[in-house]
Amino acid sequence: MNAAAQQAYKPRRNLELLLLLIALTVAIGSQMLVAFALDEPITTDYYIEGAVFAGLVLTFHVVLRLRAKYADPFILPIVVTLNGLGIAMIHRLDFTPSFSGVADRQLLWTGVSIVAAMVLMWLLKDHRRLRQLTYISLAASVVLLFLPIVPGLGQELNGARIWVNLGPLSFQPSEIAKITLAVFFAGFLANNRDLILLAGRKFGPVTFPRLRDLAPMFIAWVIAIGVLVVQNDLGNALMFFGLFVAVIYVATSRFSWIAIGAVFMLIGAALAYQFVNHFRDRVDIWLNAFDQDIYERTFGGSYQVVQGLFGMAHGGLVGTGLGSGNPNMISLANSDMIIAAFGEELGLIGLSAMLLLYLLLFSRYMRAGLGTRDTFGKLLAVGLAVVLVLQVFVVVGGITRVIPMTGLATPFLAAGGSALLANWLIVALVLLISHSARQPVIVGPMVNATGESSFGTESRLQHSGGPGARESAVHRHSANRHHAEEPTRLNHAPADQHTPADQGGTK
Amino acid sequence: MNNAIRHTWVVAVGLFITLFVALSIIQVGVTDELNANPNNVRQVYEDRGAPRGAITVDGSAIAESVPSDNASFDYQRVYHEPDLYSGITGTYSIAANPTGLEGTLNEYLSGHSDSQFFDRIASVFTGDTMDGGQVELTLDGELQQLAYDQIPDGTRGSIIVTEVATGDIKAMASKPSYNNNRLAVQDSAQLVQNQEELEADPDLRYTSRAISSTMAPGSTFKLVDLVAMLESGDYEPDTVLENPNSITLPESSTELRNFDRGICAQRPQAELSWIVAQSCNTPFAEAAMELGEDPIREAAENFGFNSDDLGIPLRVDTSNFPQDLSDAALAQSSIGQFDVTSTPLQMNMVAAAIANGGTLMKPNLVDAIRGSDLQLLEASEPETLSEVTSEEVADEITEMMVQVVESGTGTRAQTGSFQVAAKTGTADVGDTGEVNSWITGFAPAEDPQYAVTVAYERIDYDTGSSLTGPQMLTMLEAAIE
Repeated sequence: MNAAAQQAYKPRRNLELLLLLIALTVAIGSQMLVAFALDEPITTDYYIEGAVFAGLVLTFHVVLRLRAKYADPFILPIVVTLNGLGIAMIHRLDFTPSFSGVADRQLLWTGVSIVAAMVLMWLLKDHRRLRQLTYISLAASVVLLFLPIVPGLGQELNGARIWVNLGPLSFQPSEIAKITLAVFFAGFLANNRDLILLAGRKFGPVTFPRLRDLAPMFIAWVIAIGVLVVQNDLGNALMFFGLFVAVIYVATSRFSWIAIGAVFMLIGAALAYQFVNHFRDRVDIWLNAFDQDIYERTFGGSYQVVQGLFGMAHGGLVGTGLGSGNPNMISLANSDMIIAAFGEELGLIGLSAMLLLYLLLFSRYMRAGLGTRDTFGKLLAVGLAVVLVLQVFVVVGGITRVIPMTGLATPFLAAGGSALLANWLIVALVLLISHSARQPVIVGPMVNATGESSFGTESRLQHSGGPGARESAVHRHSANRHHAEEPTRLNHAPADQHTPADQGGTK
Repeated sequence: MNNAIRHTWVVAVGLFITLFVALSIIQVGVTDELNANPNNVRQVYEDRGAPRGAITVDGSAIAESVPSDNASFDYQRVYHEPDLYSGITGTYSIAANPTGLEGTLNEYLSGHSDSQFFDRIASVFTGDTMDGGQVELTLDGELQQLAYDQIPDGTRGSIIVTEVATGDIKAMASKPSYNNNRLAVQDSAQLVQNQEELEADPDLRYTSRAISSTMAPGSTFKLVDLVAMLESGDYEPDTVLENPNSITLPESSTELRNFDRGICAQRPQAELSWIVAQSCNTPFAEAAMELGEDPIREAAENFGFNSDDLGIPLRVDTSNFPQDLSDAALAQSSIGQFDVTSTPLQMNMVAAAIANGGTLMKPNLVDAIRGSDLQLLEASEPETLSEVTSEEVADEITEMMVQVVESGTGTRAQTGSFQVAAKTGTADVGDTGEVNSWITGFAPAEDPQYAVTVAYERIDYDTGSSLTGPQMLTMLEAAIE
């Protein structure tokens, strides 16, 4: 982020509005297409629901204008498109007996999620305030992850104990744990980054941090994975693992973490294969999906994945058209398998377009991380981006037999309130980060000693040498606004000063 | 840190590329393989629930696809007047390959034939559902109804009416019939149950008996002998032949007798036309042994015996005239016994070829096939199957067949309005006491238009002969008027 790029940033809210109108056209239009294709009358419900959806989305747009006017203009339209398509497909499946009555709930949850995201944006104002919640987030994550195991509260569905029953509502707390864990990882690494970076011990070419510097994080992570394995929630386990590796890699810039992570994942997979029946079944299904015995197995058979493949093959390149396929023949077609339903009815072309939207959304999340000036924000944005991309990869990869299938909700598409809520909250957080990344920096009197303007990136500042310069650049905003972060900053200082020579190696 | 973020992005792009590759393989690469997978009911639903073209008789549909209530299938096949036509249309079922015309013309009915290629392309772009082609049959609905109504319930009979000049089949009915809507149900449990109920009747045939029931043709086969005899030049209609009441077949103790209840016994010697009229056996057996196997088999094969499939376009079972016969077997074969078997349609072809001056037209059920927008895809042209004999011989045989009706075994087919030419047949079925009862013929004798064949399988003699003649006459009267 240099000065030239910074100055190019404009609010771009009008662009967002235009894109939102297109997104709403796609979302509400596909809803209507479903009705046409299935010869259903377009009742006033369609107009009411469309209007409510559009109203909520445009309100969000107004909130952005008021609260985060430099926020990325592409994120909201992409999310609205995906969420709208999801509702349309769920609505389409509603017309088949086995899936009926879900679309209204999804629409309600969409409304709740959008409102929650707006409220979060309005109240939080600045993502850096979450850094104060680092350890509260940890506690919250642990509670959330443990909830489904609590007798009487937890509920087992389709072999995975990941649900919590709250009266008439059932909720998947691990969805929210994605956010709290990402906040914890980002906060912890932002606080202890220098310690981890500098106090490491070198073995050959690889520098390992001291275990005690990483301990809280490592323990948190082990607990998370452990709980998820116990709950048979392998998709989330894989996702949390990826999140952990990704943020630690970004925090340290050391590729060795990826390698270590890969090794650990292989070990973990081998152990899981040994000891977790559920996982062994999944691997079996993955490798031998077309084996007739496995296909016909009542529990843990490949019926679902094979039917998904049939559906996608049936759709082929151009798809059968929304409403004209048989996606209802796939079990869980409106939740875990919704990608196969889209593959059937929109074809390779339509599904690829949707995947590109995800890739674009992910890129915008990462862009927010690239652009923001605080370590915490960077790590949080990257963490949340990785959560998104891994969810998509785990789901689509499972359905396409790239990896063993594990149940995860496709972000914004799949039926499921908790996932929708979590993903919309993530949107709110990333929008805040992108706002802080793109808003013009008020160049005040705090010009650093080398004469560089104070919004340069860390790596450039590291080259420029002076620890003081670095402090002022990284923490100028937070220092100005949030005095609570001061102690953290002070903690860093000694580490920085110990080994200035090492700094070149940290970029 | 930013470089690490960029690297993470690159890794994620790599993951997405993997997904795109996987999706491309599934949705474009191995699509055919997946669609052909036996576990893939989706393709079955797709095909089974597709709007097929109608099969029509006299312009109204006897088989058509109507929108279905079933969630898995878009369309349901419905058969109108199923008992009348089930043996011809066959059934389009969810569980098995389609039968009857539904099977043989599946390409057209489903819209997958080469001639419908451009329709299919068009439907991809217009987004319309591709409708199958429409098949128009040569059948005459009223004649078909009449034929069906005449066959008594509880018998195993069939009646065929063809137009001699074209080979067009105007009626082809048989009993027992069945309601093929019961096999077109879109619920597999219901289907299995219906199938069991239908098959509880041991006499049930899913295809018309007229083309699937091969049975001994008895004396109607003598028409084939006559062609061979007259063509040899050794016989004339007025040639006087020995007519012993029984002969002992060579190299065996088997006696071949004239029919007990006939009047052959009255004349130990008689001219050929009288022998034909009274359907005496021994002169034909002698003549066959004299001629040898080859000319008779050649004549039979010209008429369509031993032909694998006549494809009308329904599959027709092979009528059989055996090879390498001993004299005794040849003698028995010449009177339509031993291993000689024939479908009713085959004997109808014999009569029709004689009626048509010795030219056998290919029997045909399909008048025209039209595409989804009713443009003509294929129109049937009368097709010559073979030149069986000369016009002269055909005329001589016609004369003799007229005698059969005027003064012989077929007097029940007599009418004042036109001359009928026919040949009766009665073949013993083992020692059951039951017979196959036949009549095949045509009218008017001087200008033949329609050939009619009536055949009953395993019926007692009196019932059979009281049915065949009058029924042929009724059909001829209805067809000609």
